[in-house]
Amino acid sequence: MKYKSKTNVYNIFFTLPIFIILLASCVSSRGQLLEASESQVKLRSIQTRAFDSTDRQNMLRTVISTMQDLGFVIDEADEVLGSVSGTKLDRYRLRLTVTVRPRGTTQLLVRANAQYQLTQVVDPEPYQQFFTALGRALFLEAHEVE
Amino acid sequence: MRRDFNESLNKMRLLYKNLTFSIISVFIVSGCTTQIPKEAFQLSPESLELRQLQTRRFDTNDEKSLLSAGAAVLQDIGFTIDESETKLGVIVASKDRSAVEAGQVIVAIIAAFFGAQSSIDKEQKMRVSFITSPYGANNKSYLVRITFQRIVWNTQGQVTRRESLDDPIFYQEFFQIFSKAVFLEAHEI
Repeated sequence: MKYKSKTNVYNIFFTLPIFIILLASCVSSRGQLLEASESQVKLRSIQTRAFDSTDRQNMLRTVISTMQDLGFVIDEADEVLGSVSGTKLDRYRLRLTVTVRPRGTTQLLVRANAQYQLTQVVDPEPYQQFFTALGRALFLEAHEVE
Repeated sequence: MRRDFNESLNKMRLLYKNLTFSIISVFIVSGCTTQIPKEAFQLSPESLELRQLQTRRFDTNDEKSLLSAGAAVLQDIGFTIDESETKLGVIVASKDRSAVEAGQVIVAIIAAFFGAQSSIDKEQKMRVSFITSPYGANNKSYLVRITFQRIVWNTQGQVTRRESLDDPIFYQEFFQIFSKAVFLEAHEI
């Protein structure tokens, strides 16, 4: 009897911190402004590919058409900045920004940044799928970069 | 007596365990770890059909006149321009309209009659992106592709629908109006 009530107390001691951690991870809503994910370098490499092309305009136009193929409506595009943003609505809300900039003299660096509902997408697979679709439209291979 | 107490303690413990489990799962499902659906970035067989539906080819090398005709037609059908980047062939426009549907109103009235409160769709934001792109070699023709989507809010300000508008009739009608505006024939791809 005594033993049983003890385990009950332990139970509470064990689960309470879990609650607090779970709560704490959501609570500080202001702190999310400059929040960087655990490994920025890793995320950057997940989000970036290099393509053997120097035609920036064509790259931006192909990004736009690939996004349309994937069901996005374009929100804005800027040729000078080399950025394209779009939103996909399919019960969920998915926002994607893609930037294009030169890498050396022979390559273009394409970075994609996705936001699903209220969270940043950190899973490599969606980005991989996007770059596969983009590469297919360009007839070019997407190279991973460090 | 003691046995009763033991039993009730066991029951409490079970309840507590269930509660713990359900609270944790609610957190996982609702809050901090929302997972993106697998198919969100995947080209589906329907992607190709949609592309054909949303795209027409125009035999002209004048991209600017296609874009300005596009802006004019979008305004004709009540859209206001949000954003444009002519160097990339992009026009983005939207319109806010009522989303009240007779069917929902009737249901809400019947529900109110029985004392139940229900909210109906009230407002919608409809968006369109109008994109031109060169087609084939030596810029002799251009493609025009449009995509529509909308968000619907109910009377309590909650989002009730987020969707793309893929009904073929929208696209056919749009290109009918558009091809008259540019004095060019719209070719399917």
